[in-house]
Formats: sequence, C-alpha cells, structure tokens
Amino acid sequence: MIRLPAHDTGASRLSRRDLVRVGSLGLRSRRVRAALSALGISIGIAAIVGVLGISQSSKTGLLNELGQLGNLITVQPQSTGFGQPTELPVTAEGMVSRIGPVTGVSEIGGIANVYVYRTPFVPATDTSGISLTATDAALPATLGASVADGTFLNAATARYPAVVLGAEAASLLGISDLAHPTQVWIGGHWFTVAGILNPVELLSQLDSMAFIGFPVAEQYFGFDGHPTGLYLRSVPSQVTAVAAVLPATVDPANPSIVGISYPSDILKAEVAAKGAYNGLLLGLGAVALLVGGVGIANVMVISVLERRSEIGLRRALGATRRHVAEQFLAEAVLLSVLGGLAGTVIGAVATAIYAVSQHWSVQIPAVALYGGLGAALVIGAIAGLYPAMRAARLSPTEALRTA
Amino acid sequence: MTQTVPVPARPDAGPVGVLELADVVKQYPGNPPVVALAGVSLRIDQGELVAIVGPSGSGKSTLLHVMGTLERPTSGVVRVAGQDTSAMSDAQLSGLRARRLGFVFQQFFLLDGLSVLDNVADGLLYRGGRAAERRRLAQAALERVGMGHRLDHRPNQLSGGEQQRAAIARALAGRPALVMADEPTGNLDTATGASLLELLHELHRDGTTIVVITHDDQVAAAMERRIEIRDGRIIRDTPASA
Repeated sequence: MIRLPAHDTGASRLSRRDLVRVGSLGLRSRRVRAALSALGISIGIAAIVGVLGISQSSKTGLLNELGQLGNLITVQPQSTGFGQPTELPVTAEGMVSRIGPVTGVSEIGGIANVYVYRTPFVPATDTSGISLTATDAALPATLGASVADGTFLNAATARYPAVVLGAEAASLLGISDLAHPTQVWIGGHWFTVAGILNPVELLSQLDSMAFIGFPVAEQYFGFDGHPTGLYLRSVPSQVTAVAAVLPATVDPANPSIVGISYPSDILKAEVAAKGAYNGLLLGLGAVALLVGGVGIANVMVISVLERRSEIGLRRALGATRRHVAEQFLAEAVLLSVLGGLAGTVIGAVATAIYAVSQHWSVQIPAVALYGGLGAALVIGAIAGLYPAMRAARLSPTEALRTA
Repeated sequence: MTQTVPVPARPDAGPVGVLELADVVKQYPGNPPVVALAGVSLRIDQGELVAIVGPSGSGKSTLLHVMGTLERPTSGVVRVAGQDTSAMSDAQLSGLRARRLGFVFQQFFLLDGLSVLDNVADGLLYRGGRAAERRRLAQAALERVGMGHRLDHRPNQLSGGEQQRAAIARALAGRPALVMADEPTGNLDTATGASLLELLHELHRDGTTIVVITHDDQVAAAMERRIEIRDGRIIRDTPASA
C-alpha cells in the first residue's frame, strides 16, 4: 500500500509571486543583455515623456505670458490703398478711453524725418534706424514695459527736451546706463536722456524707438498731434467686444482705415507651432518604442532557443505548457516595464532640467507617465507573446535532448 | 509527512505498483515509421532499485520519457501510482510529474542564475506552497545528500559530482513516489560515479524507489533488479536476488 501525503494531489500550480521570481530569473542572470534590450523601450518612453513634459511646461509658460498680454490691443491706421499716408484722428485716445471695459490707453505719434544722433558730428545719413516717437507718460503702464535705468517721461519732462530710449535704440547709440548725465542730438537740439527701457515683450518695434513728450514734439518739430498708433488694454473677458467697437470709436468718419491687431496672436501661433512640432517628435518616440518592442521580441526568441534545457527541466519538474509560456511572457513584460520605468525617469529629469533652464514651472502630464508605463506593458506583452508560445510548444523530450 | 491517505487500490489487482507499463508502443512518424518501443510491459513496486540497461538506440531513453510522462505512448497504458495517464491533460500530467516523479539527468540541468538551495527548492516550485517551506525541504534534501555545506554556492562553483548530488536532492526534495535517473554517472569520473551510486543505494535503503537508466553494465550490475532492453523490447528482467 502506497501512502501519500494529503496535499500531494491535483494539478501543478505557480503562484503570482513565484511567476515574477521565475520571470525575472533570466534578467537577473543576463543583466547586460537585459539592460541593452530594454534600452529601446527606455529611449522611446523617455522621448515621449520628455516631449509631452517639455511642451506642457513651455505651453504653461507661454500661457502665463498670454495671461499678461492677452488683453493688449494695438490700433494702427491702415493704408487707404491710394498711397496716402494715414493717421488717426487727434481725438482717438480720448474717445477710446471712454469705452467702458478699456482699462488703459496710450498713443504714439511717429515724427517723420527727424533722427536721433549721439553727437552733431555723426553723419546725417547714419540714422541707426531709430524712429523718433511722441508718446504720453502712461505708455509703460499700458504695455507692461519697465525702465532699465532712469525714469520714463512724466508731465514735466514731456514739456522739455528729454528723451527715453528703447533698449535697442540705447544700445545702437552706445548708451548702456545713465550713471552720468547723457545727451543726444535730435533734429538740431540736445535732448537729455531721461531713461532707458527694458526690451518690450511682443512689441519689439518699440525697442528701436526714442520717445519724447507730445508738447516737445509740437514745439520743436511741428508735430500735428495725430497719433500713428494706439495701445490699449481691456478687461480680459471683453477683448472681442472692445475690438468690435474700436474702428467706429477711433475714427467715426473713416472706420475702415482703423486696423486692429493682437500682439498675443504671436504667442498663440507659437503655442500652435510647438504643438505641430510635438506630433513629429511623438511619432519618433513611437517608432523608437516599436523598434524597442521588436528588439525585446528578438532577444526573447534567442533566449527561448538558448534555454531549451531549462524549459525541458521545468516541464520535468511539473511546469505545464501554460507555466512555461507565462514565464517567458512575464520576462518580456518585466524587461519592457523596467525599460519603461527608466525611460520615464529619464524623460522626467530631462523635462525638469530644460524647464528650469527656461524658468518655466516643471509640468509633466499624468497621461505621459501612466501612458508611458502602460505602453511599455502592452509592448512587452505583445513582444513576449510569440517567444512564449514557442517556448510552450516545445516538447519536453525535445527540449531535454538538446543539451 | 504527518497526514497520509491511502491511494484507492484497483479491486481486480494486488497492491498498486509505483509504475506500471502495459504493452507500451512508441512509434515516431517517418517512412518507414521508427519503432522505439515495441510493446513493453513492466511494473515497478515501491522500494525497488531498478536498472534499465541497454546499448544506445535500444529505446531506453524513450522508455524513460514515457515512464516519466514526458512523452505519451503511441499505444498501451502507463500508470503512475495507480493512475492511468493516457486520458490526462497536459496540466494533469504536469501535476503528476510535480508531485509523484523525480528526475535526475546526465547533464544535471542546474540553473546557473540560482544558488544550489534555490535550484533544489525550484524542484518543488510547481507544487505550490510557501517559498519558505520549499526552501526548508530543499535544505533537508541537500543535507541528506551530503551537500549541506554548499547551500549558497552557485552550480558553476561546484564539482561535477557535487552538481549531480544537488540534482539528486532536487529530485528527492518532494519525496516523489519514483526517482528516475538518466545516466546519472555518465558525465562523472569513475570514483565520483562510484560514490554517487553509493548515495543512490543509501537512498534506496531509506525507502526511495529508484530507476536508473544506463548503458553501463557495471552501473547496472550494482542495482538490485536489472531490466535489459534491446530494439525496443525487454529481453531480460533479472529480479533482485533476495
């Protein structure tokens, strides 16, 4: 009579935990190969996480700027089509400021044929492309511009030969600071430089201007008071409504000559352009993932061939076909997920470094993190399927015969 | 083993053999078909130490594979511990191997990525149960074969004889009904082979049922019962001289 322990009955089994241990065995005993074959997945996931992270961070950065600049509207006279120079009515600024949601308005008036020189000895033709512009004291507040040195024009300096230089204009004239009283030669008069502006975001044309007050412009250069441009800010939610009434408000007689533009359109275009670029990079990341998956499948097929005797042994020890398939599938998935984890970390670190260097907040979309790992999991499972089936189909005697 | 249950005996027969083959034929497809086993019937009882001996090509490896349920016979019946295996699924056969049968191979087949202890514990892997319990049983088996001092070594740090001892421990750890050894001394020098045979005798004296497949008459002569096989048939069955 044979006596057998009570638990010694039934089919073979392999617990989840044991499956993970058995599945990781191949990786543990061939570390370099495992690392190299997971590299493709790592690169693909890193590319995807990095692209999504960096674009999200930059978008957030741009949208922050947009929030600050999105309610800025520029008004300029349009050409009539007959080549006549156009200008806005003198009353424009006053009229616009009475539109309810407008929170600030400034006008500029270009003064033609008067140029700014460092000294009277500079040849008259050497204008450096600096345009002399009359404006009011509110301009920096309207544009959100700031003064790098000195002060902007005020009610007092607007009446005297004082000038404020845009960042580019100052640098063209060779004036870097106002540590010493500095004068420039404008249209046959010495003007004292009262201040230098910082570069103005989105309105870089202002950087090459030199600003003087309207009273001085009239007194010295016979400026007629017609503005050549208006800058205004409205309550952010009312930008469209304000824009709708602007032409008739600015020039009731000739609304058609009033051109309206939004400097923030440049930012929006920039956001959109970045998105288009992303599609390409994400595509490249996806190709890297695909190649990584093929690499894993390849390595797994080789692994199955090399480990025939192990497969035979495990079958002799009681592994079912299913257990053998599960082992190799688990190995492929582990390989891919480990590669995916490494890729996620690399992508996140790259995003963080780039975002910090650009002074953006670090933002990685959750979908990039979970999606990256999920993709690695799926790719590993698909890549492991064929090798696992091959391993399972191997007959135990055939597998044992090969050693 | 504290709790035991009797295996139901067939009413029409005496005590159940550990392993029974009834008119087993194994034929491989080909033109003409290759007949590896041409009607083999044998019965191995508990506690026997049997040598199956024959020259290469005699069909003894096929016999081992069929006995070990690694291969299904073309016709005939294989019973392991009284259970007819012919109708069993792959999962059931695997369960049978996991619980009832132990294998020792000429090439040892130890996994280099695992310690000796884990290699032996993996012999119990597919029966389930807790890992700690498997390791405990593995350690006991290794101590039994005189390898208690090599638990944490890697297989490639061991001599051939030590590797085969570890492989025997792996086959023994689950206390199978039958241990099958395929040319266990084939890769070992004479002295090591002799000490290994001595180990098999010791295990036999402790009650383990062992079948050794060999082409070596000297190895066969050391066993109690000898089954000689040629051209897929048993030509002589010399029982143990009691």
